[in-house]
Amino acid sequence: MIDTSPSLALVLLVGVLVGTGVYLLLERSLTRIVVGIALISNGVNVLFLIAGGRAGAPPIIGAAAPEDMSDPLPQAMILTAIVITLGMTAFLLAMAYRSWQLNGHDEVQDDLEDRRIARRAERNELPARSTDDAGTSLAEDAASVRDETASEDEHAPRGHHRPAMGADDGEALR
Amino acid sequence: MNELVPLPVLIPLIGAGLALAFARYPRAQRVISLVSLTTVLAIAVVLLVAVNDGPLVLDIGGWAAPVGITLVADRLSALMLAVSVTVTLAVLVYSLAQGAADGDQGAPLTIFHPTYLVLSAGVSNAFLAGDLFNLYVGFEILLVASFVLITLGGTRERVRAGTTYVVVSLLSSIIFLTAIALVYAATGTVNLAQLSGRLAEIDPGTQLVLQVMLLVAFGIKAAIFPLHAWLPDSYPTAPALVTAVFAGLLTKVGVYAIIRTQTLLFPTGRADDLLMVAALVTMVVGILGAVAQQDIKRMLSFTLVSHIGFMVWGIAMATDDGLSSAIYYVVHHITVQTALFLVAGLIERRGGTTSLARLGSLARLAPLLAILFFIPAMNLAGIPPMSGFLGKAGLIQAGVVDGGALSWALVAGSLLTSLLTLYAITKAWNQAFWQEAPEELPETSSSAGMVGATAGLVVLSLGLTVIAGPLYDYTDRAARDLRARSPYVDSVLVDGGRGTGQSRDVTEDADRQEDTGDIEDVEETEGSVP
Repeated sequence: MIDTSPSLALVLLVGVLVGTGVYLLLERSLTRIVVGIALISNGVNVLFLIAGGRAGAPPIIGAAAPEDMSDPLPQAMILTAIVITLGMTAFLLAMAYRSWQLNGHDEVQDDLEDRRIARRAERNELPARSTDDAGTSLAEDAASVRDETASEDEHAPRGHHRPAMGADDGEALR
Repeated sequence: MNELVPLPVLIPLIGAGLALAFARYPRAQRVISLVSLTTVLAIAVVLLVAVNDGPLVLDIGGWAAPVGITLVADRLSALMLAVSVTVTLAVLVYSLAQGAADGDQGAPLTIFHPTYLVLSAGVSNAFLAGDLFNLYVGFEILLVASFVLITLGGTRERVRAGTTYVVVSLLSSIIFLTAIALVYAATGTVNLAQLSGRLAEIDPGTQLVLQVMLLVAFGIKAAIFPLHAWLPDSYPTAPALVTAVFAGLLTKVGVYAIIRTQTLLFPTGRADDLLMVAALVTMVVGILGAVAQQDIKRMLSFTLVSHIGFMVWGIAMATDDGLSSAIYYVVHHITVQTALFLVAGLIERRGGTTSLARLGSLARLAPLLAILFFIPAMNLAGIPPMSGFLGKAGLIQAGVVDGGALSWALVAGSLLTSLLTLYAITKAWNQAFWQEAPEELPETSSSAGMVGATAGLVVLSLGLTVIAGPLYDYTDRAARDLRARSPYVDSVLVDGGRGTGQSRDVTEDADRQEDTGDIEDVEETEGSVP
C-alpha cells in the first residue's frame, strides 16, 4: 500500500498557483484575467494530483502489484480538465483580441447599471427614478454612457492607444 | 430501454458535427437541427414514461458503476430533459422563422446551428450525468456553447457583456472543479451514488466545506443572491432567442445540480437554513431590481433572478411537498420565462426597441402580441388558474406545514414578491401596449413562424395548468424518490449497494468460464467480445 499523505511541495505549489491566479483575476485587463485563469486551473489540476495520493508504480496490470499502483483516475480527470482549460483560454484570448479591436483596450468595463448610477451620483442627482433612460435602447446607452475606463484614459493617459473606432465612448457626453 | 439514455447527448453532438460540415448549405443545416432535436424530444418522452419502472442506468464503455462513467435517468432527470428539449425545439423553430424572415443574411448564422446543438447536448449531459466529473463536463460543454452564443456577432456591446459572463462562468467552473478534487481526496470516488454512501462516513466539518463549495459553484450558475449580479447585465444584450433559451435552461441546470447536491449527496440538511435565507433575499432583491427597470429585457432578467428564489426555497424545505412543488415550479418557469423572452424579441422587432419609455400603442398595432405577452406575464405573477399560481400555492402550502419563523418569513416574502411581480409586469404591459407611443414606431413585421413558436410555448405553459394533476403526481413521486435516495443508488450500484466495478467483458467471460471450469485465459479473450 502506498503512502496517501500529500506531498508538501505539491500543496505549496497549489497555494502559489491559485494565489497568483486570484491576484491576476482581480485585474481589469482581460489578458491578465486569461493568465490568472490559466494559473488557477493548473493549480486545481495539481490539487487533483494530490487527491490521488503519492506517486506509485504505473497502473498497468502485470507491471506492479495492484496495491503499489498510483491511482490513474485523477490523471484521467486532469487530462480532461487540461483540454477544457485550453479551449476556454483560446476563447478568452479571442475575446480579448476582439475587445482590443473594438475599443483599443482589453479592459473589462463596468456594468451599464453601475455606470448609470455612478453618472447620476456624479451629477449629484436624486437617486429616485429620474429621466436617466429617456427612451434610449441599451445599445445606445452603452455607446453614450461614460465609462470608468474611458475617463481614466482621458485624465491620466496610461499608454493605451485609442483608435478612432473606440473614441466615441467618452466624447458623446460632453 | 437503457440504450436510449445516452442518445439525448449523442444525437445533438453528431448533429452539430454534421451541421458544421454543411456550413455552406443553410437549408441542410436547418433540416439537421430540426431532425436532431425532434428525435431527442421523442426519446425524452419515451424516457419520461420508461422511468416510471425505476431509473434507467447505462454504464458507458461497459464498466460497472463505481469505476466506469455512468449515465442515469431518473424521474427528475427525465422530466427536466423533456421540458428542456421542448423549449429548445420551440426556440429553434423561432430562430428558423426569424432567419427566413430576415432573408438569411449574415455569416454568424452558419455557426449558430452547430453551437445551438452543442448547447442542447451539454444541457442533456448535465441532466443525465451519474458522476460529479461528468456533470462538470456537461457544464463545460454548455458553457462553451453559451459563450459563443452570447457574443454572437461580436459587436462591442456583446463582447462587453459577454466578458462578464465568461469570466464569472469560468470562476464558478473552477470552484466546482476544486470541489470535485476535494471530494475525491476525501472519499476516493466521484460517482454520485457511491458518494451518497461515502460522504456520510467522513468528518462532518469536511462534509460542510464540500457542501458549501458545491452550493457556491451551482449558486453562481443558478444566479442566487449574492451570486446573481452577472445575470441581469449579460442576458439582455444577447439576441432575443439566445436570451430566451439561456433564461429557460442554463439557470435551471444550476437548480437541478442543487437539487442533486441537497438530496443525494448531503441529505443531512445542514445548509437548509442558509439556503432559505438566500432564497428569501434572492426573491426580494430580484423583484425590487425588476420594478426599477425601464427596459423589458432587463426587467425580465431581474424577474428571472427573483423567481429562482422560489425554487431554492422549495429545495431548502427538504420535505416531499416542498421538493415536489419546487420541481413543478422549475417546469413552469422554464416554459413561461422562455415564452416571455421570445415575446420581448417580437416586441423588439415590432417596436424597434425594448425600452418602455419609447414603446407604446402596441395594443392597437399588434393585438396578438399583446395577448401573447399578457398570458405568460400573468402566469409568471401567479394569477389563480394558471400554473404559476399552482406552483406558488404548492410552495406556500408546504411552507405553512413546515412552520417555523423562517418559513413564515418566506411565505410572506413570496407573497410580496408575487405582488411586486404583478406590479412590474403590469407597468411594462401598460407602458408598452396602452400608453400613446411617444413617437411613431417603425413599420416592421414578424413572420408567422416566430409568432407561432411563441404561441406554442404560451399554449404549453397554459397546458401545464390542465395537466397539473398528473404532473403534480409525477413530481410527488420524483420528490419521494429523491428523498428516499434508494431507487437511485440501488439502480446504479447493483450487488448490495457497492457495485462490482468490473468490466462487462470480464464478468461475462468469467461467467462463461465458470460454466466450462476454465478461468485461465481471461486476459486473452478480453476485447474480443463486442
